[in-house]
Amino acid sequence: MNKVYETIDGNEAAASAAYRTNEVIAIYPITPSSPMGEWADQWMAEGKTNIWGTIPKVVEMQSEGGAAGAVHGALQAGSLTTTFTASQGLLLMIPNMYKIAGELTPNVIHVAARSLAVQALSIFGDHSDVMATRSTGYAMLASNSVQESTDFALIAQAATLRSRIPFLHFFDGFRTSHEVAKIELLGDDVLCAMIDNPLVAEHRQRALSPDHPVLRGTAQNPDVYFQGRETTNRFYDACAGIVQQAMDQFAKLTGRAYKLFEYHGSPDADRIVVLMGSGCDTAHEAVDHLMSKGEKVGVIKVRLYRPFDVESFMKALPATTKSVAILDRTKEPGSAGDPLYLDCVYAFKEGLEKGWGVIKNMPKIVGGRYGLSSKEFTQAMVKAVLDNLRQAQPKDHFTVGILDDVTHTSLAYDPEFNTEGAERFRAVFYGLGSDGTVGANKNSIKIIGENTDNFAQGYFVYDSKKAGAMTVSHLRFGPKPIRSSYLVNKANFVACHQTVFLERYDMLRYLDQGGIFLLNAPYGKDEAWNHLPRTFQEQLISKKAKFFVIDAYKVARDSGMGNRINTVMQVCFFALCNVLPKEQSIAEIKHSIEKTYGKKGEEIVRMNLNAVDHALAHLFEIPVPAKVDGKIEMPPPVSPEAPQFVRDVLGKMIKGEGDDLPVSALPIDGTFPTGTCQWEKRNIAQEIPVWDPQVCIQCTKCSFVCPHAVIRAKVYDPKELAGAPATFKSTDAKDPSWKGRKFTIQVAPEDCTGCGVCVDVCPARNKSEARLRAINMNPQLPLREKERDNWNFFLKLPTADRRELKVNNIRQQQMMQPLFEFSSACAGCGETPYLKLMSQLFGDRALVANATGCSSIYGGNLPMTPWTTNRDHRGPAWSNSLFEDNAEFGLGMRMAVDKQKEYASELLLRLSDQLGNDWVQTILNATQKTEADIYEQRERVAGLKKRLQSINSEDARQLLGVADMLVKKCVWIIGGDGWAYDIGFGGLDHVIASGMNVNLLVLDTEVYSNTGGQMSKSTPRGAVAKFAASGKPLAKKDLGMIAMSYGNVYVASVAMGAKDDHTLKAFLEAEAYDGPSIIIAYSHCIAQGINMPTALQNQKAAVESGQWLLYRYNPERVAQGENPLQLEKPAKKIPISQYLNMENRFKMLTKSKPEAAKRLFDEAQKDADKRAQYYEYLAARKWVSANPQTQEAESKNLPVGR
Amino acid sequence: MDLTTNYLGMKLRNPLVVSASPLSDDLDDIKKMRDAGASAVVLRSIFEEQLRLERFELHHHLTSNTDSFSEALNFFPEPSEYHLGPDDYLEHIRKAKKAVDIPIIGSINGTSLGGWTDFAKVIEKAGADALELNIYAIPTDPDQTSDEVEQTYLDILKAVKGTVKIPVALKLSPFFSNLSHLARRFDQIGANALVLFNRFYQPDIDLETLELSSHVLFSTPQAMRLPLRWIAILSQRIKADLAATGGIYSAQDVVKMLLVGANVTMFASALMESGLSHLRTVEKDLQDWMEKNEYESVQQMRGSMSQIHCEEPSAFERAQYVRAIKSYVPAKGN
Repeated sequence: MNKVYETIDGNEAAASAAYRTNEVIAIYPITPSSPMGEWADQWMAEGKTNIWGTIPKVVEMQSEGGAAGAVHGALQAGSLTTTFTASQGLLLMIPNMYKIAGELTPNVIHVAARSLAVQALSIFGDHSDVMATRSTGYAMLASNSVQESTDFALIAQAATLRSRIPFLHFFDGFRTSHEVAKIELLGDDVLCAMIDNPLVAEHRQRALSPDHPVLRGTAQNPDVYFQGRETTNRFYDACAGIVQQAMDQFAKLTGRAYKLFEYHGSPDADRIVVLMGSGCDTAHEAVDHLMSKGEKVGVIKVRLYRPFDVESFMKALPATTKSVAILDRTKEPGSAGDPLYLDCVYAFKEGLEKGWGVIKNMPKIVGGRYGLSSKEFTQAMVKAVLDNLRQAQPKDHFTVGILDDVTHTSLAYDPEFNTEGAERFRAVFYGLGSDGTVGANKNSIKIIGENTDNFAQGYFVYDSKKAGAMTVSHLRFGPKPIRSSYLVNKANFVACHQTVFLERYDMLRYLDQGGIFLLNAPYGKDEAWNHLPRTFQEQLISKKAKFFVIDAYKVARDSGMGNRINTVMQVCFFALCNVLPKEQSIAEIKHSIEKTYGKKGEEIVRMNLNAVDHALAHLFEIPVPAKVDGKIEMPPPVSPEAPQFVRDVLGKMIKGEGDDLPVSALPIDGTFPTGTCQWEKRNIAQEIPVWDPQVCIQCTKCSFVCPHAVIRAKVYDPKELAGAPATFKSTDAKDPSWKGRKFTIQVAPEDCTGCGVCVDVCPARNKSEARLRAINMNPQLPLREKERDNWNFFLKLPTADRRELKVNNIRQQQMMQPLFEFSSACAGCGETPYLKLMSQLFGDRALVANATGCSSIYGGNLPMTPWTTNRDHRGPAWSNSLFEDNAEFGLGMRMAVDKQKEYASELLLRLSDQLGNDWVQTILNATQKTEADIYEQRERVAGLKKRLQSINSEDARQLLGVADMLVKKCVWIIGGDGWAYDIGFGGLDHVIASGMNVNLLVLDTEVYSNTGGQMSKSTPRGAVAKFAASGKPLAKKDLGMIAMSYGNVYVASVAMGAKDDHTLKAFLEAEAYDGPSIIIAYSHCIAQGINMPTALQNQKAAVESGQWLLYRYNPERVAQGENPLQLEKPAKKIPISQYLNMENRFKMLTKSKPEAAKRLFDEAQKDADKRAQYYEYLAARKWVSANPQTQEAESKNLPVGR
Repeated sequence: MDLTTNYLGMKLRNPLVVSASPLSDDLDDIKKMRDAGASAVVLRSIFEEQLRLERFELHHHLTSNTDSFSEALNFFPEPSEYHLGPDDYLEHIRKAKKAVDIPIIGSINGTSLGGWTDFAKVIEKAGADALELNIYAIPTDPDQTSDEVEQTYLDILKAVKGTVKIPVALKLSPFFSNLSHLARRFDQIGANALVLFNRFYQPDIDLETLELSSHVLFSTPQAMRLPLRWIAILSQRIKADLAATGGIYSAQDVVKMLLVGANVTMFASALMESGLSHLRTVEKDLQDWMEKNEYESVQQMRGSMSQIHCEEPSAFERAQYVRAIKSYVPAKGN
């Protein structure tokens, strides 16, 4: 059989086998499993067939619950069906999993195993999710590596057909799903040999068909349900044997042999570690090393976890077994032990009783936890676990890989213990997301994997920040199989692709003795050494390392590559690592460039080839002197003025040392302080905006649109300028109501991302040089220190009194302090300006329910949060529940607030004798409509609380606890279109129908942005998105129209870039409306393929073409006899096609499917025309009111409403 | 009445040709042009620079922000193939050739020598009857001499002529030091026709935003004076055919151009304003005029008023302008 090797990741490997052995695939995006669905969808779009020669049907559902339902249905109707998921998605599938298993239906669900959201969400890998399904009746098969993820995808599919037991096939999220490795692909011949067509026929025969109808899904009663439950036992009894049989058959076909429980180690081992998933490979390597040192140790790799075959488990153990450590990658608080541990303990009991296997006595057994949320699991930890077993009383219920200084569960380990030999090359690359480092490294792995006999592995660690994100690539290659499922911690080669990282990360920490350090920097040969921080110099000297430097940006620019330095750095890597002869490596890189970019045009190929040709001429070795002479020290990660928790805990996380934090450092319930982003000065902008007070017309549009709240405006008394730094800018305020006062626009230089949106929106032009505006971009570095001083002075200036501001006027409204600042959203984000606006207007009394998605990530991803407080320490209180339940979550907040307010009101009345009835009535009847009203009520409540302290009664004490609720609170329910249109729509619908006073803000990017651009029901017709590779064939769902159909819901559709005052009006009205409100906010996004600095022009074009309508539907107008719908008349200034061609999501369809583009673009124009016509018709209607006066007016044919 | 004329070695049923414009983007419109009397259609130019920029743009959008954030390693599905070349254009030629029996002339605007010849080759292969080179560049480099600019034009023409067998027309701007000399050199290289003149997009200023705007203006009837003069000057002095374009709206305009020596007259703005059926009116008016003035054929009148054949050759030269001013006598009194 011809072996075909490919260098791919675990997701692609699993999807490859799943796709080819199924007919129907229902999907929904969730990290880290999304790429499996994306591959399936892409293969479908490309017309790839399964082993039966037909193209599987792939459909995206509205949630994993929906996907599971569709899977169940497709199975019932007789198709071979699969799905892919992880974490919360898998939880949503559980109800259907019980059904599918109960009905003995062959099916495989492929899971990239991921942590569950507990005290916090985590996208990273562990077994919490799969362990939550272990009672569903699904068989559970674990893959440990990229190779196994394709092998077991097939074995599971074969076994499910043979056993009729559905299978959950899982592998570790990220560690396996995203690891790139050289593997042997399964040919269709292997797949065909493993899948038995008669069993497929039987599956179909059992299916529902009106031609041979049956009934399934009955309701059973106490008389038979129990017996019915026991009917499947024999299938479960047979399952393990069937799986082993399939594994044996697979071994004959491929040469790769697997066992249900696979032992590796010394034949006379006395200490054994048992575990599942990618950690097995690390244990395998550690055991090999320890055996070479004469230790008698072994590892049992659990492949089939359910059904748990006790006999096979026992038979896997060597007779010499004395002690066993069972490791779980999950946590079940309150249980007697974690699940695998308990299963094994029971297995020993039963196995010994029945005499299975060769061991005769109960060994010492302990259980431990490791690797939660992709926590590193290294050989050193395996050694610690095995060392623990040497103890007379080994620690039980231990943890390994962390320091638990609270309940002292953790095992100590030696971080220096490393067994990776000299024959294996290990490299670490620090790059920026946008510079192409990861792509180049994936490509290098491919080149090495496919052109040498080496095994190769690549793993990539990404930042949780979206702007200025750092990526760390870990590469290994060598002549022996690579089983190290942990990060490189002793590297032969460390490359720093970004000079700015020098002062932030101690990258040489992991450089091995005699290793190579490659730096991309604009420094010449003679000055490079002097630019290194002292710690770098020290390590280069002490490690006897070699130091190379290249100005890759120059080479890239000169070759036409812009800021993509990937090719340049890749050439340097190959030149220095010597894995291939230099000429061959260059030829291979060139070949790969032609292969990768050929279809994108010769220019793209040419510029990359140019970069290859010019790279080496600019690569220099810098002699490492004998002495450290550097003057640069690495600055602390956060300001020394930051609060202690920020310095000691969050600061360590920023520095990349969060792994070192002990348990005691973390909050016990996932509660963190807000206002922390201000302490991390990221300095990621190359250029920052600079204000020109002479040109400025003080419209404050720049600060209104600033996505990162780094542009602020203040108006203040001239005397406040005393002590201002010399370069602090100030001018006379132009607003007539601010006569005699001063005005300043100030930029936070170290928090700015340099997106440039402010410059694009500035309407003022320099009178003598029209290219300049009132705000212009200038290099950050020369400005950094001066502007830092100016910013600090600006912060100390008094903030405007909210009571005096006309909030419906943007210039005045912008004097309000943003309580959402410096988020880690993408530079130029289209969502965050809306959040910032909300925080300015209502943040000091807002509770925020935030659906999972981009906004929950830049809003709540540790270490820092942008949600902050004002000088009175008030600010938005924020939480994220789930993706699917956010509207309900917010409704719960509203109910709690209302109930507590009601209770407080009752208590006030009960205490009215003591407090004075008039005062109580004043508090109870306060209108709280304006900022001044709210201010006064706060004063009253403060007074009340003071008074209550002197009243000795239970009612007074109770009232103290709820008195703050007497001040108006608002609830904002925030999320993206994936939440609002798809997964959370049911809840959203229910919440807006509840009539309760909540505000929903839909940040509509028209695509699942956070998970990488999958189609939602908000995606417009003709847009290319994942799961819509051929352009979305259907029109965008009209969520606003659905909401309006209730009649009592305030609905607004806004686009800040098209009409900012309309947006402001909508926010004010939505909050003022005493009922449910929903604002659908057009949010531009990188996922749309647009130029971010000019993204507001896209918003404008969307409105000017009629693609996006601006309207407000205010039910309160009905009482005045007015039409509730106020439509900003569609301008129709430009055709839809002109707008569509501004965005890659549409335009790329003209390049990939020109015919479809033409048709869909024409239809999009028709959609827009129809929609405009319909809205115009509705907005023009005379409103028939229940109001008697209006009715009278109508009867006299007087003008009514609009 | 014989309206036929020869252009680019083809015998056309009349001298009314639709010039390169978006009008020819739609196949149905090309049929309508034929029905209205167009004797040939020049398709809208294919712009090498635009294709190139679009490739860069696509590459940029497909690669930027990728491999940065763990949940979103990219944002678009990667199609297995792209239609980034002139495929659509070539398909359009093929379809147009099938749809109508009048000549279809392809048009290119290139930026590199390779681009010119590559496109020329594929356009010929797609079945175009002839090719129009829309050389469109505004030299602004102060170090580049007029000679060098002209040499670029010559190089392009030479390269294209060496690549294709179909006739090649050259669409020129009027901004040369001595167009007669240059025209002769084009002639020597083998240009089959000169199309006079190309009209550049001229920028405007939006006073509201103080930004440059670039909306396209239709050509005005006055614009035809310039090609009229140069066709008159070049007619019978070079072998290449001459096509008049710019400001031609009516049959009278056509007649004038024919009289000075144009083989064909080209229409775009007029059709955009008055619709494709306008050609029918022009053809009829042309016939009427010829009948009224007793011309038997277009061939007969063509070039009868060229500089060589006209009564007052110097009228086409600069002196004309001087005289015009001299002859302008202001009205007496106030």
